Amino acid sequence: MPAAGVVTIVAVVLIVLALVYYLVSTIVALRKITAGLDDAIAGVGEIIEKSAPVGDVVRDINRNLDAGVDLLEGLLVKKAGLVDAMGLIEGLYPGAAANGLRNFPDSTTVRPPRIAEVYTKGTLTLARLGREAPIAAASPNGPVLRNVEGGSLDARSLYPETRQTRPARLARSPVIGTGAPVQYQPSEQRGGTTPGEAEIREKGPWAETAAEGVVPAELGGSDAPREMLADDPQLGSPVLGQTTGSDEPATESGVDPSAGDEADATSDQGPEPLEGAEPDLKDAAAGPRKVDADSADTDNGSNT
Amino acid sequence: MTLWWIGNALLLLVVLPVVVYLLNGVLSAARSIVPSVERIGAAANAGSKDLDAVPLLLTTQEQVRQTVEVVAGYGGSLDVIVDDAS
Repeated sequence: MPAAGVVTIVAVVLIVLALVYYLVSTIVALRKITAGLDDAIAGVGEIIEKSAPVGDVVRDINRNLDAGVDLLEGLLVKKAGLVDAMGLIEGLYPGAAANGLRNFPDSTTVRPPRIAEVYTKGTLTLARLGREAPIAAASPNGPVLRNVEGGSLDARSLYPETRQTRPARLARSPVIGTGAPVQYQPSEQRGGTTPGEAEIREKGPWAETAAEGVVPAELGGSDAPREMLADDPQLGSPVLGQTTGSDEPATESGVDPSAGDEADATSDQGPEPLEGAEPDLKDAAAGPRKVDADSADTDNGSNT
Repeated sequence: MTLWWIGNALLLLVVLPVVVYLLNGVLSAARSIVPSVERIGAAANAGSKDLDAVPLLLTTQEQVRQTVEVVAGYGGSLDVIVDDAS
């Protein structure tokens, strides 16, 4: 065999050996890849299997939470109003009011009042619950409002400011009678207020007379000098009483002039009788009194 | 004869190196994939273990439902005892 043929054979053998080495190595690497992918596929399969019910469960949770959010938002706006609701939210979670309420698009444009700077947490709700609210019910000393010794002005300050915190600054109710700090002479006033200049101009000269009193002192009124009065004046000033000289009602609520507006006795024949109740007819069969009959006869005779 | 020698030279100096170079590239690529596949498998197994807590979602679902029921009862009570704003 020529030398060139030997060299050719050697070259081919070398090429085949190189092919075998690298291809076998590649096959080994690919087998490792296959094994790794099998593991990965198994893990992914478990992930798919385990996460399959997640969607339905999460959707159900979200549906329930949505219902809760709708309920709480609706209740808050219904009870506090949209503006106060945003103020309450801003007070509890500063900055949260800017996000608004999900079911109330207008809430994003509301300027929240600074309720938290005026009321402490829960005060507004407790105040709306009324005076029987269980304030400090969880206190070891018991509820404050039901505890006479524990009750304080702080609890009362939850309610609209009237006179519980600053009684000294408020005018006291007028004191009438002989012990009143301001005494008015009966001739100056017998009832109502003393007419002023404007009222005198409006009502005429008789009002000016009323300003001097029904019976002026110089004509022997009850506040006239003792020598001008009878020996035993029966109607002295203490008996006649005295007015306060003020238009201010003697009670906090004053007199409600509209209290009788709902009276229906004259227009609607009185209240509706109870169903099944028998009418009171005990006087229906009685004849007219004699004096009434005589009076009727007299009237008829004079008319005829 | 001369052409035969030239062919041998090409076979040894050109064809063999080219074959070795190409096969080496394929082998390197295949070997570089193996660590990546192993990491993918490990991540998948870890993810599968993390999802072992998925059944707890059923407990969460039930608790959310009960919580919303309590909130509804509480809100309904407030609706009764607290006056409306308007």
